[in-house]
Amino acid sequence: MLASTGVGYLFRRVRFLQRMNLLIMPAICALLFVMGVSVGSNQQIVKNLPTLGTQALILALAGTLGSLIAAWSIRKHFPGKPDK
Amino acid sequence: MKNSILIVGCFAVGCLAGWSGWLPDRSVAETDLYSTAVLYVLMIAVGISLGSDRKLRQILRSIRWRFVLVPVATIVGTLSATAVASLFIARWGLPECMAVGSGCCYYSLASILITELATPSLGVQTATELGTVALMTNLLRELSVLLATPLMVRFFGRLAPICAGGASTLDTTLPVILRYSGNDMVLISIFHAILVDFSVPFFVSLFCSMIQPH
Repeated sequence: MLASTGVGYLFRRVRFLQRMNLLIMPAICALLFVMGVSVGSNQQIVKNLPTLGTQALILALAGTLGSLIAAWSIRKHFPGKPDK
Repeated sequence: MKNSILIVGCFAVGCLAGWSGWLPDRSVAETDLYSTAVLYVLMIAVGISLGSDRKLRQILRSIRWRFVLVPVATIVGTLSATAVASLFIARWGLPECMAVGSGCCYYSLASILITELATPSLGVQTATELGTVALMTNLLRELSVLLATPLMVRFFGRLAPICAGGASTLDTTLPVILRYSGNDMVLISIFHAILVDFSVPFFVSLFCSMIQPH
């Protein structure tokens, strides 16, 4: 990915490459469709979905809270008031 | 927002198609093969589009060193909190939870990468389950920023939604962040997302390589 960023920077004037982000969405959609197929056709996962969802909720809460606390701890380096 | 709906929609349609058994069995078995190829194309495309962005140079020129603190805070905060959370999840060990957490809201890439990279150590079945957890975790986190930004700013300061938003502060959550944290946060927010974007494949593959076979 780093290498392709370098390529993108070097050839940034090439029109074609600036259209790359048009390729990203279909690729992501295709991959998630495929992932959906393997999840949906998998009885074990369909059965475990509530458990997996609870685990996801715990990890999401932890990740959000952890980054919120980290943001709070560096706030003095970024003075200024929010717009209100 | 439109893109997120599209992405989740693709996943949902895929789930339905797989669940209902519309697709021939052979194509389901071969999906792995295609997905690896498409994944590489995706990584290259993400890299090229970041590198060729005309705004990249302008952004790089106007950054200050202290801006680096923000993505570092995001990553350190996320990883340490998910490490603690792994104690409460009997099913998954420390590296599994940290791999999921290091997705930092980049749910599409994280879930695909984890499914792919955890397969050698966990097997296809468990790796797909972990990938599903990664998708839901990072989607929920992005959703929390979309819904709770005003509260985050109030209690944790104006950097809060940026750190919580992880890799999404460049696109989906940018409008709501600027609205509540202030328009002058636009550079920090974009710069933060670019660095976090790069950290996702790095940390996901790092933690996936640390997973012990069950």
